This record gives sequence, structure tokens and C-alpha cells, in this order.
Amino acid sequence: MSATNLLTVSYSPHLSGTESVQKIMYRVLIAMIPAFAVSLIFFGLGALVVTSIAVVSCMAFEYLINRFMLKAESTLWDGSAAVTGVLLAFNVPSNLPVWMIIIGSLVAIGVAKMSFGGLGKNPFNPALVGRVFLLISFPVQMTSWPKAIESRLAYLDATTGATPLAILKEGIKNGQPLSELMKEIPGYAQMFIGNMGGSLGEISALALIIGGLYLIYKKVITWHIPVSILATVGLFTGILWMIDPGKYADPLFHLLAGGIILGAIFMATDMVTSPMTPVGQLIFGAGIGLITCLIRIFGSFPEGVSFAILIMNAFVPLIDKYVKPKRFGEELKNG
Amino acid sequence: MKTFPRGGVHPPENKKASGSPIEVLPLPKVVCIHLAHHLGAPAEPVVAKGDAVKAGQLIARSTGFVSANLHAPVSGTVQKIEPAPDSSGYKRTAIFIEVQGDEWLETIDRTTDVINSKEMSSADIINRITQMGIVGLGGATFPSHVKLTIPKGKKAEILIINGVECEPYLTSDHRLMLEKGEEILIGAQLLMKALQVNQAVVGIENNKPDAIRHLTELCNRFPGIRVEVLKVKYPQGGEKQLIKAITGREVPSGKLPIDVGVVVHNVGTAFAVYEAINKNKPLVERVVTVTGKTMNRTANYLVRIGTPINELIEAAGGLPSDTGKVISGGPMMGRALPMIDVPVTKGTSGIVMMPVSESNRRTSLNCIRCSRCNSVCPMGLEPYLLMSLGEAKRWDDMEIAKVMDCMECGSCSYTCPSGRPLLDYIRLGKTSVNRIIRSRSK
Repeated sequence: MSATNLLTVSYSPHLSGTESVQKIMYRVLIAMIPAFAVSLIFFGLGALVVTSIAVVSCMAFEYLINRFMLKAESTLWDGSAAVTGVLLAFNVPSNLPVWMIIIGSLVAIGVAKMSFGGLGKNPFNPALVGRVFLLISFPVQMTSWPKAIESRLAYLDATTGATPLAILKEGIKNGQPLSELMKEIPGYAQMFIGNMGGSLGEISALALIIGGLYLIYKKVITWHIPVSILATVGLFTGILWMIDPGKYADPLFHLLAGGIILGAIFMATDMVTSPMTPVGQLIFGAGIGLITCLIRIFGSFPEGVSFAILIMNAFVPLIDKYVKPKRFGEELKNG
Repeated sequence: MKTFPRGGVHPPENKKASGSPIEVLPLPKVVCIHLAHHLGAPAEPVVAKGDAVKAGQLIARSTGFVSANLHAPVSGTVQKIEPAPDSSGYKRTAIFIEVQGDEWLETIDRTTDVINSKEMSSADIINRITQMGIVGLGGATFPSHVKLTIPKGKKAEILIINGVECEPYLTSDHRLMLEKGEEILIGAQLLMKALQVNQAVVGIENNKPDAIRHLTELCNRFPGIRVEVLKVKYPQGGEKQLIKAITGREVPSGKLPIDVGVVVHNVGTAFAVYEAINKNKPLVERVVTVTGKTMNRTANYLVRIGTPINELIEAAGGLPSDTGKVISGGPMMGRALPMIDVPVTKGTSGIVMMPVSESNRRTSLNCIRCSRCNSVCPMGLEPYLLMSLGEAKRWDDMEIAKVMDCMECGSCSYTCPSGRPLLDYIRLGKTSVNRIIRSRSK
């Protein structure tokens, strides 16, 4: 007796779950909607132009490199290039010229991602590599921040101002007292909803946290990295603030200003470039928090989240080598 | 509600056949019994071509401690003893018996009367279990007497009866608990006596509330035995996970359940022990679930060992036209059959027909290091790492990464969003590491 159908033979398991790379990436895109909406409100036209250009050019470079250089199957619709595009846009000012965005996308996708073998093989966060490349190459354009609301209908001709962190850095360098500088900075409630100067997607803590909660709820990320980063920043700046509140800004300021929340929720949690174990993730996050504070307070840049994440990305293989999950039956437990 | 603490997945249960009472499958024309039927050394035939045998008669003798007797599941004539394909597709020596009538050995009690009065010593019970060719019916077919023989210096404290049936689709243990609950508990009592323990726990997942109710009620009459309701999670039926869930004890890496004072037997095995001791009946039949998403009829059959699997499928309405894969066992750990005329063995818990749309694996993409394989691994291993070590043939590093702790539950491959064949490479590593370990001890 023989079967009329040809049977498939393969090893178990014969079932597969419903998760896919595509679903994960699309969830990240959904999670970025609130932050994008806020930046549309505050930066208007510029936010729309910069984000669209970044997404389109990231996807275009991914397609072209796959098609003509790697001659590999297209990975365009896994959504990862689009995520990189949005994240790159989130990390630049909303008045960045189109050609610079395209260069940033090429570095992000071409250099930081595809040259290592595509999604999953890159040691560094592609969007951040793109961003840091732009920051070092075009420091002026990368640090001219359109003012929120005022420049809603403008793109390249937006009126610019300094970010809260830059105000503080410059002022302290010039010997101004902290209490006076704080008057130039928007109130914490305004900073929380995002009414301040800064990169396109980093301004609204509220919107970013909503996105982060969605990602945790959907099990795309776990709480470990964001909490560890924010707690370290809070602790470190808190200690300094308690030592000398006249010289160092309070922890709440440091948490609301700059890109720390964007970094903690969307950049550092990039699964490709972060450690595999929860304990490893806590160490990774603590490292990022610490380096960020060191750069902000003692370094020459006003902001250091991108550098901190990239530096800690380099430590991921080391962390994964030494921090192992607890094996079942590792120690004898009775009762 | 208890469960094991780390890892695990929850695939769709699809237990379509849970409402189908156990039916007796008509006898086939020929049965085929492979000598390598169980884990361990193959048995040695004690019959020859042309011999007339009665059902229940010994036809092949165990050849070592880790081996088991085989008995004729039917009456008839030994047709031939020659290699035939088993469920792996490889040819292995088997005894073929042409069925004539249904004549059993006179010593065997074939009535359905429940008997609960045999007074036997521990050694006698173990001896009888050895004689009757009882092996673990959960699927691994490990000879049961080996688990009952406690090594020197160790002591059993708790017997766990595994009624978890965590594999999707399968319902044979569920039906057995509903229909033969009392017999299972008598079997458990006999096993307790064999192990000289005074407590036994029947672990059942809460997706079988009827079985939980039934056995909990029956337990009132069986002092020392209780039911533990467990939260549904795969692979709770794995020995180490079940022990952890019920007792909180963790079997150390590389050790056996007895090292923490626990012995686990399947409900099917407990039933077989009852029949072996109180009915004098060797292990010659078992319950097999025949099911599938596109099967019109699903069933739980009481089948003689050696019946060709296609006869079970025919009885349940034939192979659906969209069948792409036929699995012996459950879909998580079972084996895809290369041909469907291979026989039912003592370890065949179910036959699952998968439609073509679910038969092929997904395309394997790059690992995105999402860490889901880590978090679902019930043994706390790192499947992503083991796979890349396996691809690079770094066996030594795989051994350090505890590849031998893997029980091949498949949670990692199941859950991987990139559809990567993690378990394939882990198996490859286990085989190679095992070879290295063996050559080391030489």
C-alpha cells in the first residue's frame, strides 16, 4: 500500500508560531506614530518632509543594494528599512536639507547595515550610525534646532533656537548661574509634552512613553533596557544635583531634555544590537545611562545618547559571552 | 495554579478528538512488530517462521536491562521475520504475524471487570512489569522497569503520574483518564508499592476539566494519591518540567528524576501496569488518537501494536485530499512519516494529518536577536547561540553551552519569528557531542 500524496518529511516541531520579523517591525512603526504626530504638531511641514525623505531613501538604498550589489532576495517589506528611516528622521533636526538626509540614509543602510550582511548582522544601530555620521560631517546643520510651533509652516527657513541641553552647556561654559539659565528653559510640563527645541522625534516624553508601553504590551521589547537607562541617568544626575544644586541640573531635567527617552525606548532596545539576557540588558542600559551623563555633564557635546548607545553596542558581544541565562538544574534545589 | 516557571509556549490546542470515546479498531490482516521497539537494546525473537502464536504470547525476549519483551498482539501464524521500514523509513528487523481469529492465552483476563485485590511485593511487581514488556507510553518508550529499579543509595519519595498531554491535537491520555480512571489509579497504587513510596500526584492541565473532576473524585478512594491541576503550558509533559511544576524540585543538569526522589510515569503506562499485574495482560495494545484539522472524523482507537497506520487512517475516513504531512505522535515532538503503512508501536500516541498549507517550513531568515528562543527555552539554554555554533561545527563550545540539556521540545523553532531551524542544529550538535563524550570515556 502506498500513499497517493507525496508526504513532506521534516524534523519536529511541525508547528510554527505566528510571530514574524515583519510583524515585529510593523509594531515598532505603529509605536512611533504618537511621537511622529507630536512632531507634526510642533514642527509641522519640516517633520513631514524629513521623515518622508528618510523613509523613502532608506528603503530605496536597501532595495538597490539587495538588487544590484548583493544580488539577494529583497528584504524591503520586512519593514526594517522603514524603521531605520523613521528612527533616523527622529534623530535629526526638522530643517535638515534633503541631500543630507539622503547621505545619512546611505550611511545608515549601506554602511551600518547592508555591509555587515543585512538585518540581524549589524553590530551597531544603523540609524544612529547615520545620525552620528551626519553630526560629525555637518555639525552646524545638525545642531540648528527649529523652534517648536513657531516654525510649523517652514522647512529649510525655519527659525531656530537652542535645545534646553545646549542652553545649559553654553551657559555653564560662560559662567552663568544655573538658576538664571533655567529661566530660559521651557517648564517641565511643556518639556514633557514636547514643546521645546530638539531633534524631530525626541521632544515629547509623553508620546514616546505611550509608544514604549505599546511595545512592552506587544512584547516587542521588555522593560529592562529603558528602565535601566532612565534609572541610571536619574541616579547619577540626582547624586550630582544633591551635591551641588547650584551647578548641576536636577534629574527630572536630564530625563526630559534631549534624546534620552527616545534613545532608551526606541534606539537602545533595537534587538539586533542589544544583549540577549535580561541581566545583560540591565548592564547594557546602565552603561548607556552612565556614558550619556558623562558626556552631557563633563564632555564637550551637550548631548551624548547616540554616542553612549553606539559605545555600548560594541560591548554587546562581550556581555552576551559572560552573562548567561540561568540554566535549568544549574543548582540543586529541593523542597 | 501551578506550572513550571521558566520558558514554554502555548500552541493552539486543536484537541478535536477529546470528545470521541475510545473505539476498538477491527483487527488487521497482518501485524508487524519491530524488534527495536523501545529505547535500548532490540529484543531477540523466540518464535520462527511458520509458528502458530496466541495473542499475549512472548515472541521476542529482552536482551539486557534496558530492553523489553515483545508479545504477540494477535493470534495467527508467524509469516516472516525480516527487515521492514519503521517510522523513520529505515528498514529494521520485524516479526510479521498473519492474523487468524482472536485467540488469547488462557491466563489473560480479558473482561472489563475492575480488579483491585492483588497482594504482591515490590520485587514481584517490578518483575511482572519486566515480563509484560511495559515501556513508557508517553512516546519515549523507555522500559518502565528501569525507572522502577532504584539505584543503590537513592530513594524514591514521590510518584508522579503524567496526565498532562501537553502536545496539541493528542487526546489519547485524556480519553483514557475519563474512561479508565479507576484502573489508572490502581496502576498508580501498584507503582507506588513497587517504588515503596506513600504519595503519588496525578498532574493534569486545566484544559481537561472533566478528567480533573473524574480523577479527583476517584482519588477519595485511593489514599496517598491526589490530583494536581496545572496551568496549560507546553512542554509541561516533559519529565523535568512536570517535576518542577508539581514539587518545585529541579533535576540537576545531567541527572535523573530519581536524583531528586521522584519517578514519573505516564497515565497510559499506569493503565498498562494495572493490566499487566491484575489482568495478567502484556502490553499488546494501546490508545491512538487519529486526528487532523481537515479530518472529517477524529477518533481515539484502541489498537493492537503492529497494526499498519494506514488502517487507522482508513477507519477514520481516509487521508484528506489536502494532506501534506502525516505525523506519528504530536506535532511538536512527533515524527513526520515518510510512508503511512508503517506499524503502530508501543510509543505511538497519535496520528496527526497536517494539511499541505501547514506542512512546509517557513523560509529561514537572518536571526534578529529578538531573544524569544532564549525566553521560551524551558531548560534555560540559548538556542540562537547553539544554532550558530552548530553551523560552525563548534561541538566543544556547544557542549559548554549545555546542548545536552536540550530535550528537543521545539519551543525555540516554534517561536522564532525568522523561522530559523534552531532545533535541527541543536540535534546535530547533540549527536556530535554525544559521540565525543562516548569516545572520551573509552
